[in-house]
Amino acid sequence: MSAASSDLLTLVAGIFGVLILASTIGYMLQQRLSPNGSNAAIENLNARIKAWWIMVILIGIAFVAGRIGVLVLFGFCSFAALREFVTLINTRRADHWALAAAFFIVVPLQYYLLWAEQYGIFSIFIPVYAFLLMPIISVLRGDTERFLIRIAEVQWALMICVFCASHVPALLTLNIPGYDGRNVLLIAFLVIVVQLSDVLQYVWGKLFGRTKIAPKLSPSKTVEGFVGGVISATLIGAALWWITPFTPVQAGLLAFIITLMGFFGGLVMSAIKRDRGIKDWGNLIEGHGGLIDRLDSVVFSAPIFFHIVRYWWSL
Amino acid sequence: MKAFITKAAAAAIVVFARAVTAVRAIWPEEGLPTRPCVYFANHSSHGDFVLVWTVLPPRLRRQARPVAGAEYWLKSRLNRFIGRDVFNAVLIARERDQRTEDPVTQMAAAIDAGSSLILFPEGTRNQSEAPLLPFKSGIFHLAAARPHIDLVPVWINNLNRVMPKGEIVPIPLICTVTFGSALRLAPDEAKDAFLERMQTALLALSPKPAGSGE
Repeated sequence: MSAASSDLLTLVAGIFGVLILASTIGYMLQQRLSPNGSNAAIENLNARIKAWWIMVILIGIAFVAGRIGVLVLFGFCSFAALREFVTLINTRRADHWALAAAFFIVVPLQYYLLWAEQYGIFSIFIPVYAFLLMPIISVLRGDTERFLIRIAEVQWALMICVFCASHVPALLTLNIPGYDGRNVLLIAFLVIVVQLSDVLQYVWGKLFGRTKIAPKLSPSKTVEGFVGGVISATLIGAALWWITPFTPVQAGLLAFIITLMGFFGGLVMSAIKRDRGIKDWGNLIEGHGGLIDRLDSVVFSAPIFFHIVRYWWSL
Repeated sequence: MKAFITKAAAAAIVVFARAVTAVRAIWPEEGLPTRPCVYFANHSSHGDFVLVWTVLPPRLRRQARPVAGAEYWLKSRLNRFIGRDVFNAVLIARERDQRTEDPVTQMAAAIDAGSSLILFPEGTRNQSEAPLLPFKSGIFHLAAARPHIDLVPVWINNLNRVMPKGEIVPIPLICTVTFGSALRLAPDEAKDAFLERMQTALLALSPKPAGSGE
């Protein structure tokens, strides 16, 4: 067994341990406080834990399937996230072909470019080609009503749901000396730190939250949750240094940066939800809401994480 | 063999509809009537009845038959296969002079045989800016002919954006199908009052349109 797969196994065992612990606590809380399903907070907690099991198993299957599995998984995530996003934006009939192109050409091509390891074109395909070609497709129908809003929103949807999200599997393409064949662990590091930061902010907030941090954007987020979550996720990131090419201090610093990006990403996506008068992006994940509700922090941290690692560690 | 092909086609259509629209049903608190009933919905796309049919629980789905225009669904072999064989539609002639049978009689006969109906009382697809076209009187005559039948309003949201008229490629967008509480024709209720009441009940289910934010 290679070092990468034995590290992955240790990691999976650890995650399963955490989930078993979470399920046990959830079960005990339900027995004590919500025996007939009357406590909404506990029912939601248990729905979330159940959804976590499914998400972890799906990611695990993708990791086992290798590069193609990871690309298919994140390709599907981009597709579903884009579907949630475009549902909420201003579109008119004149955008029909542009939107069809976004779903059926841009999404597959962006992930194909990763498969083909064409980093140069991968990194500019959406910011340059899609950016210029999508408004051209829309303008051909001659409908100028709210034109700037329409093309800007579609581009934003593509940047968030496809371009930024695709930087998670893009970690597989980095060539880091002494880290051959272990890149999948970088994805695990990013996803675990960012998601644990979300979970820990929620837990710290529920236990000690007093002061609202952004009452207009996200009434459930508190200063205590934010500080506790970021510090504990940073420490966990440092403790996971053995799956990364980083030293413990570097791992902690990177974890700190991506948890901050994740937190602010969550605020930005909340602001968009408030703007459109909705609570959740969708209903894909029981207890969590839509896929974007779960992915917002990963999407904001992935490109920054990718570029820091690419600049300082990759050849 | 034919039964197998129609079942497979139906399953494929359901999978496709769910993949494109991630459709979610919102049920009334008391649930849907289990006896045969009439689902009446807003109509803006050829896919409307597919979506209603997709979200119905399998047991209710099996007894549901869409009511559809014969001209369209008998037009080609594929249309005939989907409309008549897969969905077992009650096909009615829209033009009065082409009718050999009275549509209300056809619908009442389907109900008597134990089927539920999926009905679009606007009569045609709504291409206007208005959320709902005025109802045709067919639903009133049907309710008068079968006064004990439950009438369930169903609001289909967003499907007109998935596939606007004249487009061939659907755009994946999230759709919802909201079912309201069952209604009945009141004793001595006049036609206009009844149609008005049905339209109001249906409109009450429509959400604030997503994507029209200022």
